[in-house]
Amino acid sequence: MVDKRLAYQETFDCVQCGYCLPACPTYQTMNKETHSPRGRINLVKMAAEGKISYDDLKEPIDMCLGCRACETACPTNVQYGSILESAKEVLRIETKRSKRERFIESALFEKLLPHSSMLAIAKFGLLSYQRLPLQFVARKTGILNVVLPKGMVAFESIIPMAERSKEKKAYEEDAPQGTVKVAYFLGCLMDTMFSTINDQAIQLLRKAGVHVTVVKDQSCCGALQSHGGDLKTARQLAKKNIEAFESGSFDYIVSSIGGCGAMLVEYDHLLKDEPAWKERAERFSKKHADISMVLAQSNLTYNHHVHHTAVYQPSCHMTHVQKNVDAPLELIAKVPGLNYVPMDKQDLCCGSAGIYNIVNYEASMDILDYKMPAVVSAKPNLIITTNPGCHLQMKMGVEREGMSHQIQVKHLVEVIAESCL
Amino acid sequence: MNENRNATELVQRLRAKQLINESRILTSLSDRASYAYDASFGHHIPEVVIQPTATEEVSEIVTLANELHVPVYPRGQGTSLSGGPIPVYGGVVLDFSQWDDRLEIYPDDMIAVVSPGVITGHIDEAAKAFSMMYPPDPSSMNVSTIGGNLAENAGGPRGLKYGVTKDYVLGLEIVTANGDIIRTGGQTVKNVTGYDLTKLIVGSEGTLAVITEATLKLVPRPKANKTMLVLFDDLIDSGKAISAILREGITPSKLEIMDQASIKAVEAYQPTGLPIDVEALLLIEIDGHPLAIEEEAEQVRGCCLKNGAREVQIAKSAEEASKFWQARKLVSPAIVQVKPTKISEDATVPRSKIPEMFRILKEIKNANNIDLVVFGHAGDGNLHPNIIADVRDEEEMKRVEKAVGEIFEAAIELGGTLSGEHGIGTMKAPFMEMELGAKGLAMMKTVKESFDPNNILNPGKIFPEKGQKLVLRDG
Repeated sequence: MVDKRLAYQETFDCVQCGYCLPACPTYQTMNKETHSPRGRINLVKMAAEGKISYDDLKEPIDMCLGCRACETACPTNVQYGSILESAKEVLRIETKRSKRERFIESALFEKLLPHSSMLAIAKFGLLSYQRLPLQFVARKTGILNVVLPKGMVAFESIIPMAERSKEKKAYEEDAPQGTVKVAYFLGCLMDTMFSTINDQAIQLLRKAGVHVTVVKDQSCCGALQSHGGDLKTARQLAKKNIEAFESGSFDYIVSSIGGCGAMLVEYDHLLKDEPAWKERAERFSKKHADISMVLAQSNLTYNHHVHHTAVYQPSCHMTHVQKNVDAPLELIAKVPGLNYVPMDKQDLCCGSAGIYNIVNYEASMDILDYKMPAVVSAKPNLIITTNPGCHLQMKMGVEREGMSHQIQVKHLVEVIAESCL
Repeated sequence: MNENRNATELVQRLRAKQLINESRILTSLSDRASYAYDASFGHHIPEVVIQPTATEEVSEIVTLANELHVPVYPRGQGTSLSGGPIPVYGGVVLDFSQWDDRLEIYPDDMIAVVSPGVITGHIDEAAKAFSMMYPPDPSSMNVSTIGGNLAENAGGPRGLKYGVTKDYVLGLEIVTANGDIIRTGGQTVKNVTGYDLTKLIVGSEGTLAVITEATLKLVPRPKANKTMLVLFDDLIDSGKAISAILREGITPSKLEIMDQASIKAVEAYQPTGLPIDVEALLLIEIDGHPLAIEEEAEQVRGCCLKNGAREVQIAKSAEEASKFWQARKLVSPAIVQVKPTKISEDATVPRSKIPEMFRILKEIKNANNIDLVVFGHAGDGNLHPNIIADVRDEEEMKRVEKAVGEIFEAAIELGGTLSGEHGIGTMKAPFMEMELGAKGLAMMKTVKESFDPNNILNPGKIFPEKGQKLVLRDG
């Protein structure tokens, strides 16, 4: 009997040509077919047929970044994302997860991400932690090494300072202007750790003559839950967002986060089996646009020179899921003074991949170390990113190379803001 | 069962020698299952996968395998379309994909020396830096390893003008079935010292020896190229045009054909503006000196128009050329939109028989009620009839098996061959006698037995088992 919970029929679309192999970061760093897209599809098929156990399937699936570069490389349009998603969901039910995995997931998924009040508290916690001598004490005493998994400890030192805000930021409705109306999607991590980027994004949109609304009751996009196989929560969050963004009539739903945007454009896929939501989800997904797409089409004026030599690290989910490749490069080209240098391995995942770099810290660092020489040899003093996860990972990469004083990491929005605001 | 136990002993003894790092000896089920297949049909899980990165390691493994009678299956990146690396009798898969440390270009000798796991496309890239070229260009060249290309004697679109893999091999380092390390050929174009074992090993599909290093010939890189797209209302006319071009003294570097079914599939999938009422489309690339190809392009245009071409377009820029080639690239994704299983054949006929082959293919398609599109390297007679089916449909797959057999028969009847570039492997083994005759095949078997008396090197390939038939269905 075939396990129908796995995307078994989809595995037949793979003709096993192997064209995905060079595109797969884990095949490059783990050096075996088991950790390639073709290998994983074969194993999912075998697991569905009962020829291997779920435990046999677990490691190869856990080690997948979910960067989806294989989908772009695939000549026959295999829906790898669906196959991976089904495997994650089944493995979540059928196999035992390590203590570490459960600890990180419950901390993030169940408590933090979906609840804005919890995020506010977390933000306050982060804020007070960073402003008090506690951070210093914790770092010195190594107390974090005991409490937190290695990955979290490593990243603790590069997490940006949360801004001091006494209350939850209120995004004022602007006076109706412009012909284009957009609803802005904040994203929970972005709203916590990188909220100035959201502020700048909204300012840029308004400067470009776009009417921006920050819809109330919007929620976490559900991407991390979906990557972890918790599709139930992901679907609930999707519905919450669809409802929230139906509160007005908008031309676009705009986000500045590659990963969240990828989740939003796949709400239609996520809710395809729920008749009451299918159409609403399709409408929602169709309206999503990354901020770079809106700004690239606008007649924003670039006032200030930004004197940097920059490389661009595209977010995998922006490239391979949102299929937004040209707009960020068009914007980069418009910034006066900015010397953009294309780098080798540009499309290779940095190894961040949601919470992959925390759960699979060593594997993630292998990928980062495989990527960084290409960054370094392009001799930049700025790395431009489009996703907070990549942002932190690239900062980590710079730190590991011992180049924190030479190379800055900035979100594309920050670079545009430097020139335009 | 016996083989199973022997494979276990092989691993134990290999581990005891501590020659190969434990991380390159793969024994878990998920790892072994990941080397059970290639890009064709069939699924057999080996007892162990070993990833050698040195000749001495291969020698040691093969020595043990020969002593214990354990089958050894060399594998590159598993892009074979004929079952070349599938471990049909279990045993050891030698995964060469991780052995890519040597890629050296010697510009003064115009040669490259490579490890077996080097990606084919990387050789040409490295040669490019010295204004040279490694011409063989199988469509999987960005994935496939040179070791696999050598074993299968891979070809590609450039075959028409530049030949195939064997035309670029000057020398090899091989490990024989008893574990000896020997060198064949050398570094020079001229070399008549004894039997040409190099050419015998190339294309022997890993059944005679294991290739551990190759010395390859490079050629000067053409300074320019030009791409043309030609439309024909009548398929027969396209065949006549091809002959006319070649008789004119022009050898295009690529000469590809797409039939009406492939054009229709591409247009339905991603409209590129091609007319769907033409019977054939030719993509022609000529290369050479910029001034020479200007003139040749006009000659090609003349040949086509004189022979009934509806339209000849010459690309004005590299971008336009790549737009032309896009149509050809889209054939594969386009044809699997309807059904997922693709059976890609490479039966090859003498150039003049192409129109006749097309006619017969149409008959086979109708008689068996199968989905068949034809494209391929028209210039050298190497067509790719592709059958589109669904492996889950047992009844349909039986019809497909019958049709494949008929395609082979037709090719041989027209004076052609079973395989132009994909190799025999498991897929075409049942048809070998049809082409070679019983005595011809027996001669090959004698060669095999003298190289590999214990039949440990890639057993189950090329030579059919008694009563073996083509089976594309699972089970």
